[in-house]
Amino acid sequence: MAFTQDHLLGIEPLSPVEITTLLDLADDYVALNRSPDKHGEALRGLTQINMFFENSTRTQASFELAGRRLGADVMNMAMQTSSVKKGETLIDTALTLNAMRPDLLVVRHPQSGAVDLLAQKVNCAVLNAGDGRHEHPTQALLDALTIRRAKGRLHRLSIAICGDIAHSRVARSNLILLGKMENRIRLIGPPTLMPAAIGDFGCEVFEDMEAGLKDVDVVMMLRLQKERMDGGFIPSEREYYHRYGLDAEKLAHAKPDAIVMHPGPMNRGVEIDGSIADDINRSVIQEQVEMGVAVRMAAMDLLARNLRKQRAAVA
Amino acid sequence: MTLLFRNARLIDPEAGTDSQGDLLIRDGVIAARGETGEYDTHAADRVIDCAGKCLAPGLVDIGVKVCEPGERHKESFRSAGRAAAAGGVTTIITRPDTLPAIDTPEILEFVARRAREATQVRVLPMAALTKGREGREMTEIGFLLDAGAVAFTDCDRVVADTKVFGRALTYARSLGALVIAHVQDPGLSRGASATSGKFASLRGLPAVSSMAERMALDRDIAMVEMTGARYHADQITTARALPALERAKANGLDVTAGVSIHHLTLNEIDVANYRTFFKVKPPLRSEDDRMAVVAAVASGLIDVISSMHTPQDEESKRLPFEEAASGAVALETLLPAALRLYHAGAMDLPTLIRAMTLNPARRLNLPQGRLAIGAPADLVLFDADAPFVLDRAKLRSKSKNTPFDEARLQGKVLGSWVGGTRIFDANVVESETRDA
Repeated sequence: MAFTQDHLLGIEPLSPVEITTLLDLADDYVALNRSPDKHGEALRGLTQINMFFENSTRTQASFELAGRRLGADVMNMAMQTSSVKKGETLIDTALTLNAMRPDLLVVRHPQSGAVDLLAQKVNCAVLNAGDGRHEHPTQALLDALTIRRAKGRLHRLSIAICGDIAHSRVARSNLILLGKMENRIRLIGPPTLMPAAIGDFGCEVFEDMEAGLKDVDVVMMLRLQKERMDGGFIPSEREYYHRYGLDAEKLAHAKPDAIVMHPGPMNRGVEIDGSIADDINRSVIQEQVEMGVAVRMAAMDLLARNLRKQRAAVA
Repeated sequence: MTLLFRNARLIDPEAGTDSQGDLLIRDGVIAARGETGEYDTHAADRVIDCAGKCLAPGLVDIGVKVCEPGERHKESFRSAGRAAAAGGVTTIITRPDTLPAIDTPEILEFVARRAREATQVRVLPMAALTKGREGREMTEIGFLLDAGAVAFTDCDRVVADTKVFGRALTYARSLGALVIAHVQDPGLSRGASATSGKFASLRGLPAVSSMAERMALDRDIAMVEMTGARYHADQITTARALPALERAKANGLDVTAGVSIHHLTLNEIDVANYRTFFKVKPPLRSEDDRMAVVAAVASGLIDVISSMHTPQDEESKRLPFEEAASGAVALETLLPAALRLYHAGAMDLPTLIRAMTLNPARRLNLPQGRLAIGAPADLVLFDADAPFVLDRAKLRSKSKNTPFDEARLQGKVLGSWVGGTRIFDANVVESETRDA
């Protein structure tokens, strides 16, 4: 099979073929999700545990729905209120859960690398649902699927990623994925919200939004990550909106058929104008949410196949 | 009592020579040095045939953390002493960042007594520069000197208040005391666990610009110019800080600098998938920086290589990278890791050994670190070429947090002597002794 991973910890380890394999399968699941009977069998008998050490409504719901539609037994652990508060370490928590014999572990954690650490200690498939500022692979995959369906291809596109790049795991995963698929990437934002050594990433960097948006096919907006900032990255939200908020005037510099994306949740009037977000001709924000469920079904399906194969080989 | 080392490859850091010869020890000091076979083997009480292996002064290691008082489960004087002896380190200069900090003559005396009881390795303690290492009030520098403190440092904490730091430097100068400082701008480095660059950005780790080191060094050099104090920067790890150091020395300031063995032999990429055993303070740097500091050691601009031995238990390392404790054990791996620089052709053996023997000894006004007649017979015998793969479980430190686990190293310590007394023999199987 073209997909050989044991875990989905990031986009970095994936090959272009693996990405395409996953997206192709996700296309099938989009069809399934749009049919009256939304049930598949791929995860039947498997147990999926969602461990979210950081607040999430959308991603957790998406993973839960994806698991249920494919027949998994899904359990949600609210880690913020659990034994972690009593001083248990991440590894002990992982070992405890591992003893319950889960098959799929979906983890979100506020620290970069925490999901990698956990994956080393358990013997089931681990999916990274976002770790610190590191990666958020399923978000990048759902973005890729959305682009591919809207534009008919996932290569040789000019794609602008705008806003708080420094604090965004979504931006990192997208940068890696879109780069692997050979697109031209532009990063737009104030220099205080750009990661260090951004010049070494092989993309164009713009501080002026209108110049950066010129003739792009895709405009990806990012949320201003207020919770990850320790203050003083931008002078004020209103100045940020004035210079970097996506409105009709700035969007006019992109190609006429450019699509607008946002990983959500949106800060309307901070990074995006409400009327752009709601414009059904330009905004694919709702499609992104729909693709999210399908991509997560595909990811868990592929990992489960490898897991079953591996266990059969051992037995 | 006489001891003759025959047929040795003598590495003399003072003369800068690497030559065959014999060394005669009498009553714990170096008595004579001559050609191979010059001395009558029957005249010596004991003869050691070095078989052409390297004989050098024992290493003098500035900045070793022994976790007494406070965290003896991480490292005791006994375990640190065994590790040092096995690593060819015959003098350890201990850090005061213990719990509590070593900031009074009473605690210093306790430490010195514990060290004397537990190990034959020479242990010389440093004391904190400010009370509790809090950067507010200077310690009793005079009393601490009388009690045996060889230098004053707040370790990895920077005295941010320049008024406090200026007074401490001025007072230390009046007593001739050496002040050792960590050079990291505290504001810029707040919360950082990596060096900013492509690697840290990809890994999503909070990072500090390498400029933070130069900023702190610039500030400290200005303070030294103002006060005339004797000053040593504990670790210079970036290319950007080197011109400032060079200028300070050219201007005749009493300034020296060290670097840890890890910053000379590893770079930021070694962190790979968040390997916390590679988390040190300051964080590992880029390869360009590493090469620049290696060249600075070769040229003598950086004076001292130290282990920055920092024991951490498994629990404090088995955490997400940002939360994990910093530091690595290195007493036992200092020499073999440093020999990587020699094998890579970066510098000759006398230059390399000088940074771990003569230079630190001179900075602290110690008689060690030399092969001169009359110098204490603190020696290490090592095979510079013998290859081995490190197994961290076999380290003698109580804590096993080494970044060199399973690394291929070249250079084995065969024996160590302090004052002519053998404290380590690679051919003798050591019995595990329970720690007192």
